[in-house]
Amino acid sequence: MASAINILNASTLEDERLEGISQAVGRVFGLRTYVTPAPLNLDRAFDPSRGQYNSTALLAQLLQAYKDGDEKRIAVVGVDLFIPVLTFVFGEAQLNGIAAVVSFHRLANPFYGMVPDDAMTWKRLEKEIVHELGHTFGLYHCHQFECVMRSSTYVEEIDLKRESLCPDCKSKLVATR
Amino acid sequence: MNGTPALLVVDDEQVVRDSLSKWFREDGFLVGTAASAAEALSQLQGRKWDILLLDIKMPGMDGMELQQRIKEIDSNATIIFITAHATVDTAVKALKEGAFDYVTKPVDPDYLSHLVTNALKQRNLANENLKLKEQITEFSKADDIVGDSAQMQKVYDLIQTVAKTETTVMIRGESGTGKELIARAIHSNSSRRYFPIVAVNCGAMAEGVLESELFGHERGAFTGAQYRRKGKLELSDGGTLFLDEIGNIDMKTQMDLLRVIETKQFTRVGGNDIIKVDFRVICATNKDLEKAVAEGSFREDLYYRLNVFSVFIPPLRERKGDIPVLANYFVQKYMRVMGKQITSIAPEAMDTIVRYNWPGNVRELENAIERAMVVGKPPSIKPEDLPYQLTEKNHVLPAGSLASMEKAHIASVLDQNRWNISRSAEILQIDRVTLYNKIEKYGLKKPNAG
Repeated sequence: MASAINILNASTLEDERLEGISQAVGRVFGLRTYVTPAPLNLDRAFDPSRGQYNSTALLAQLLQAYKDGDEKRIAVVGVDLFIPVLTFVFGEAQLNGIAAVVSFHRLANPFYGMVPDDAMTWKRLEKEIVHELGHTFGLYHCHQFECVMRSSTYVEEIDLKRESLCPDCKSKLVATR
Repeated sequence: MNGTPALLVVDDEQVVRDSLSKWFREDGFLVGTAASAAEALSQLQGRKWDILLLDIKMPGMDGMELQQRIKEIDSNATIIFITAHATVDTAVKALKEGAFDYVTKPVDPDYLSHLVTNALKQRNLANENLKLKEQITEFSKADDIVGDSAQMQKVYDLIQTVAKTETTVMIRGESGTGKELIARAIHSNSSRRYFPIVAVNCGAMAEGVLESELFGHERGAFTGAQYRRKGKLELSDGGTLFLDEIGNIDMKTQMDLLRVIETKQFTRVGGNDIIKVDFRVICATNKDLEKAVAEGSFREDLYYRLNVFSVFIPPLRERKGDIPVLANYFVQKYMRVMGKQITSIAPEAMDTIVRYNWPGNVRELENAIERAMVVGKPPSIKPEDLPYQLTEKNHVLPAGSLASMEKAHIASVLDQNRWNISRSAEILQIDRVTLYNKIEKYGLKKPNAG
């Protein structure tokens, strides 16, 4: 059973920005949640042929850094993530494991040529953090339209879902504890 | 979707296998991986995979050859190629050889997600379709056709021979011999069995009604035609049109029918739009059509168009060996329907049944058994449970004058048909007025109810 959730800041964001999100995330999982800097070397995950960062490589760094402990850890980055077969990912998690990584690079409106909306970006980031952490608790993608565990492959889909778990996923979460 | 969908990733690069399996595991898939074609083939022996994601360039056997091998094992396998080395030639080849789709690495996650979802939906629909077809085949088995006699074996052979063709079939036989059952057996053994067989009793309808029944009508075509209505021809599209009592249709409808059978197109009554239909014709009659042609009451061209392949069902009296088999079959059938524990026919009752002449053929036999099952008591049918015309004194034809034989025969037919004059006249092949005259002449009386 996890004792806490550690949000690791590996971006240029101020920690205070993540503190607000941290509290909301803590409420979803019912766990103490705190923010610390991340011991990640982003350059080692950079793929010059794609101009993107390999999320699996970042996840491996996290697992190497936190071999022991009973906390769930999620690194927040501002760079564009990918896994080898896909053009991009919003994040990646170790299913039923201890670590995850999430990026806000593609969550901001300007990436799509739209007017900036910070509130919307941070709400999307909050949902993606909850989503990836859900995977670390063993939750699969959910077919409930508004559940945060619903698979999202574009930002509009993230906007449609709530930042919370549906009753079904909630009961599965309780069962994993 | 039944259970967890299973997906097999075949790629020689571990990083690709890992990323794809992780991606699909989060989606709730059961994911297997194989690093080579040989490993994939071995995985295929172990279980059925709903979706297979194949790389093209792999050491040893490549993805294209693997696809061929997979299709040999499971021709319905759903294969999606994910390759880094895409060319138009390989894409065309892959799709021609039955791949569901072909995508290049890296794939847009949204596209991949939809692609696999659609592939699964299509696979599930195909499986569902297959199951429904199996059910239709099961339901449409004409299991009411019973008989071991050499004559019936010949009929079965004819059904098998003609069913697979598109040939028009004419079924001949006395009333009650089961002509519609034979038509349904031909249909259910044909490639049209997944489409309907539409039966039209041509003898039961007046001229205008039959025309509207066959061709349908447009709104306002005649008084009372408040809505457009599809006719039986349209309803039988893709399937079989069974025209029962074909010898009873009027000359105008014969002409219209001939045209539609030849052109496979028609217009609804009161309409102008030409409607194309694809149907097979099976018809049946108990009339002497050759005589009707000679007399000019049946069109010769229509006769030749319909009488391409003829199946004759012999009357029950000419295949006495089938009577016990049929009688026992109906006992079992009504035992199930009525939930009554009458399981057999007593030997003396069976003897009576076999010796009877059965002018109403199988239909009459079925009615007699049904009646005996209603009045009889378990565990078997006794002679007294049978309709009285079957008993010794009635079924033996009287000796003496022709008139006495005629009287006895008319009385017997009337009793069998509960004094239904139209039905009795039809069986006796005389008109109703003649029947009334003969009833009066012979002083026949309808038995009192009860």
